[in-house]
Amino acid sequence: MSPLRNVRDWLDERLGWDDLIAPLRKKTVPLHRLSYWYFLGGITLFLFLVQVLTGILLLLYYRPGANEAFESVQYIMTQVQFGWLIRSIHSWSANLMIFTAFAHMFSVLFLKAYRKPREMTWVSGVILLFLVMGFGFSGYLLPWNTLAFFATKVGTEITGQVPIIGRPLMIFLRGGEEVTGATLSRFFGFHVAVLPGLTTLLILVHVLLVQRLGISVPPKLEAEWSANPSAKREMKFFPNFALRELMAWYVALGALGALAAIFPWDLGVKADPFVSAPAGIKPEWYFLFMFQTLKLIPPKVWFVDGEILGVLIFGLIGLLWILLPFFESVQPSRPKKWITGLAVFALTYAVGMSLYGYIAK
Amino acid sequence: MATSNRGLINPKDQLSAPVPRRRFVEVLLGGGFLVTAAAFVYPILRYLIPPRVSDLGTDSVVAGRVGELKPNSGKIFHFGSRPGLLIRTAGGEYRAMSATCTHLSCTVQYRDDLREVWCACHNGKYNLDGRNISGPPPRPLEGFDVQVRGEEIFVRRRREA
Repeated sequence: MSPLRNVRDWLDERLGWDDLIAPLRKKTVPLHRLSYWYFLGGITLFLFLVQVLTGILLLLYYRPGANEAFESVQYIMTQVQFGWLIRSIHSWSANLMIFTAFAHMFSVLFLKAYRKPREMTWVSGVILLFLVMGFGFSGYLLPWNTLAFFATKVGTEITGQVPIIGRPLMIFLRGGEEVTGATLSRFFGFHVAVLPGLTTLLILVHVLLVQRLGISVPPKLEAEWSANPSAKREMKFFPNFALRELMAWYVALGALGALAAIFPWDLGVKADPFVSAPAGIKPEWYFLFMFQTLKLIPPKVWFVDGEILGVLIFGLIGLLWILLPFFESVQPSRPKKWITGLAVFALTYAVGMSLYGYIAK
Repeated sequence: MATSNRGLINPKDQLSAPVPRRRFVEVLLGGGFLVTAAAFVYPILRYLIPPRVSDLGTDSVVAGRVGELKPNSGKIFHFGSRPGLLIRTAGGEYRAMSATCTHLSCTVQYRDDLREVWCACHNGKYNLDGRNISGPPPRPLEGFDVQVRGEEIFVRRRREA
């Protein structure tokens, strides 16, 4: 008997291991020409794990505080062995994770996987996307460089535009009236304690829901398969799909390592509150479509402030986006056409505005 | 079997790979994973080792100013990143030594009542030359050379003879 088998038996006797993983054994993944999209959620999870690991490693040397943060990141990049690599992987993985999370969301949207009974999976997923963007926003400030300083200034200023709760919220985020070392301390706390806790919890909920409800099939195919059960094609989750997912993770790891090694992340110039903002300053790409929209809204629309209007509209869209599944028809044979149209429009708008924002001076 | 007992290949037999194809793929894949794991674990292990702190090699510092210390008193000064102890004896002479106790690295102090160097942690005692005279310390404190130049008291690491 192999030692691995012994350990397994030992656990099985005490925990009922086989019962625990029985649902995993029964789980199947539907096979069709769009099955590839099922990998994206898993890749996002993998990149999150990379973030946790590299984040812990960065914590060994990073020091929050206006006088130390930039220097400590500089120290990581120049003095610590492979420090540049760890930081570059953290930055690259963060960006790729936001990209795969968006791609995962749109694939779920187009495959209509958010329909009954998976409304809560969608809700938890969209909230996870917002949390991940919060990670991006708070983490961006931590090296305390000029770009980060102004991005945070503008970002928190936009929060301040929201009527009634905006200003107190801005002061809460900044830890005062201005972006200072106090802001850095807060963002550090959000980034390494608050957000990881919430995100881990929500990922658990999200994955358990996927586990419980099984994997969705596009409505057309679902109708086809229920009419003709012999046409149904499935793959066992364990080990067949899990091994394929593992290979996808492996490819993601390779891409990540290559990107981080070939294009190490820049550190920039240390933030100075008494220096003018550099020309052509822009937020990170995933905030670009909102940034560009806010720039295009005229300063006064009728009697409302343009900025306030923009922020309110985005807030409202965000809320409706979370609730999207509840507008969908419960019958798989008659999905609402306008939701598909909205999805196409949202994707086109976000991509188009981002490109416009990228090119615009 | 394509091979005979003596390992000779019978030309009439079809040649079959001695390593089954599946095993070959397994080894290739497993080996690939191991190499990748090593490629990621190695930088992490190196990353965990903190870089050497550069200011440990301080050789000479200004420990104080003339007139700052009364006879029969002492003070702690920065010797690079570690503390040093400067003593003015009752006779007015300056002595300097490392302030890190050789027992468990607490910082020692000058006791004017005992006219000795004393460590509060475990009651270790050293004489004014830094020699361990009572308590747990196993070795003398490292002594430094003292030089008064003008108003400043310089302390220098002793050159190994």
